[in-house]
Amino acid sequence: MPRKTMIEAIRDAMDVMMSRDDDVVVFGEDVGYFGGVFRASQGLQAKYGKSRCFDTPISELGIVGAAVGMAAYGLKPCVEIQFADYMYPAYDQIVSEAARLRYRSNGQFTCPLVLRMPTGGGIFGGQTHSQSPEALFTHVCGIKTVVPSNPSDAKGLLIAAIEDPDPVIFLEPKRLYNGPFDGHHDRPVTPWSKHDLGDVAEGHYTVPLGRAAIRRPGEAVTILAYGTMVHVAESAVAETGIDAEIIDLRTLLPLDLDTIETSVKKTGRCVIVHEATLTSGFGAELCALVQTRCFYHLEVPIVRVAGWDTPYPHAQEWDYFPGPARVSRALTETLEA
Amino acid sequence: MTDHPPLSLHVPEPAVRPGGRPDFSNIRIPRAGQVARPAVDVDAEAIRDLAFSVIRVLNRDGEAVGPWAGSLSDDELLEGLRHMMTLRAFDARMQMAQRQGKTSFYMQHMGEEAVSCAFRKALSPGDMNFPTYRQAGLLIAGGYSLVEMACQIYSNTHDPLKGRQLPVMYSSREHGFFSISGNLATQYIQAVGWAMASAIKNDTKIAVGWIGDGATAESDFHAALVFASTYRAPVVLNIVNNQWAISTFQGIARGGSGTFAARGLGFGIPALRVDGNDYLAVHAVAKWACERARRNLGPTLIEHVTYRVGAHSTSDDPAGYRPKTESEAWPLGDPVIRLKNHLIVRGAWSEERHRQTEAEIMDTVIAAQKEAESHGTLNSLQHASARDMFEGVFSEMPPHLRRQRQEAGV
Repeated sequence: MPRKTMIEAIRDAMDVMMSRDDDVVVFGEDVGYFGGVFRASQGLQAKYGKSRCFDTPISELGIVGAAVGMAAYGLKPCVEIQFADYMYPAYDQIVSEAARLRYRSNGQFTCPLVLRMPTGGGIFGGQTHSQSPEALFTHVCGIKTVVPSNPSDAKGLLIAAIEDPDPVIFLEPKRLYNGPFDGHHDRPVTPWSKHDLGDVAEGHYTVPLGRAAIRRPGEAVTILAYGTMVHVAESAVAETGIDAEIIDLRTLLPLDLDTIETSVKKTGRCVIVHEATLTSGFGAELCALVQTRCFYHLEVPIVRVAGWDTPYPHAQEWDYFPGPARVSRALTETLEA
Repeated sequence: MTDHPPLSLHVPEPAVRPGGRPDFSNIRIPRAGQVARPAVDVDAEAIRDLAFSVIRVLNRDGEAVGPWAGSLSDDELLEGLRHMMTLRAFDARMQMAQRQGKTSFYMQHMGEEAVSCAFRKALSPGDMNFPTYRQAGLLIAGGYSLVEMACQIYSNTHDPLKGRQLPVMYSSREHGFFSISGNLATQYIQAVGWAMASAIKNDTKIAVGWIGDGATAESDFHAALVFASTYRAPVVLNIVNNQWAISTFQGIARGGSGTFAARGLGFGIPALRVDGNDYLAVHAVAKWACERARRNLGPTLIEHVTYRVGAHSTSDDPAGYRPKTESEAWPLGDPVIRLKNHLIVRGAWSEERHRQTEAEIMDTVIAAQKEAESHGTLNSLQHASARDMFEGVFSEMPPHLRRQRQEAGV
């Protein structure tokens, strides 16, 4: 099985879907001729022509609004928002339009579109190239939110997202594009070619939306994570030697609550990790669900490790980023509590 | 130290406020028949003047004159008259139904009937409108059922939208009428996207976007124009300038630009202004613009100059922001009366037949209303079930919604 980077896996997913289905179109800022600033769509315009892969004006509102119209026509747009941080001008089109079209028209019009957006920090992107806005999407009725953590999943999840009959937000942790970044920013990066999950099967396959993966089975504590934080959690577990069960949520909505519940009932402890800011973050939802489902199995309070409630700083990036040291501390405290 | 006096903010004001004498002297209206009719493949640059003039066909004597006249037969015009009269009668009944508490909200078209009724007749099956809330003429002139419209307004058991949408936020894919959002302007860029999709698929269908004068200030409007211009999308973009955005006069959205149509010029989009109360002119301009789109010549921007005679909705009183007699002073007259007079001049109609038809149409509308009311009204509590509320958020109900539906006990 060939090893690919996450960018190559994402490109592969779009390539597979564009060749299988003429209704799949790919567009966004710098997406056409140049192939995207992260090169996700490289070669797709040359292969499928300018009417199926093209550059757009710098208008996220325009990109998403046009995609909603195209989806209503019957196409399956797979659109790139250059950075998730640029999504805000399109928010009305996502919340009031894409998400509600099926409901408000009683199914006369639907909106099968995918919005890909690089998310998260770790690249010295400052406050406008580092945010993790997933909770702004999971709070909206009518859209699904997906965050892959590795190339193999990224391809299968993106194909599933493109085939999904409803709008899907596909958040790509940009720090994972080239390797399984574990939060140790001062060490050399491991490439995906040296990681098992860099194995990306050829052709068409899907990873179903709404299904979590257990990355590491364990008995002592359950870690709920997604995206980059899955690797940070793995690093913390290796360093503390704690027998944690790491659950990679993969899809935040719909959420695989059964997998979470089974695990927490087994371990009696739960640490939730995300890079996004703490207050009203997706961790708050997870926390509420876990305590409702597992209250009488919990030995200690649920702990959240998240980005601080500040804008994402530039120079202090690694003070902000919830790295392995903070996760390790939370794990140790949870077990000692 | 500076020699300049202190700065001050300019806030535009309408010419007249309540208590004043209505004044439309600022609206320049050319005589009917004066504006040239260019070839559809004309360069936008060559017709810049059309963005500042007003295309008119019907003159004061009820005659159709000039290069934009002559596109419709007697029968087609009579049909158009019936559509406008039906819309007006339907509005009157639904407005009253709202006052009687049978629904929560209504928006009428009084004075603007020609815009949507005439435009609809320039479209072909499969074309898609992306309307806002004052284009129900698209449905009526497209043969949509009055009963279904009323059922939607009553949110009753036969509401095709299952009680999910505010009254008048219709949707009918079959009749080329995209689901109305209620959030202003969002549909404009969607119309462009739909048109781009049609072009991507080498289809023959075109899209039509609709927006009001006030909502042109939204970013969606500008996104729509730049995308339509860039990709030469097969779309007709209509601005219905009815002078008022609730209480805000059109000068607040228009700013220093002479007209709304002129917004198209910077995008290289051919831009026309048309007398929106002139059924023949609206139809002729619509046909011209649709032909451009269908021949892959790209988008057209049309400003329909009209006047909202009634309130914005059942929730506002125009006496609070404009002179009560302003609508009588509106210089472009009433679209129904103007078409009626033209048909009489043509020898195809009479005052008596008009009165008879008015009565017949009212009977038809009342019958439709009664049929709709037999399926319930908002206050009779006959509507889609609480269980239905959970359906259709996604194509398949995810586990968390199933749990919530269970919790709701429905």
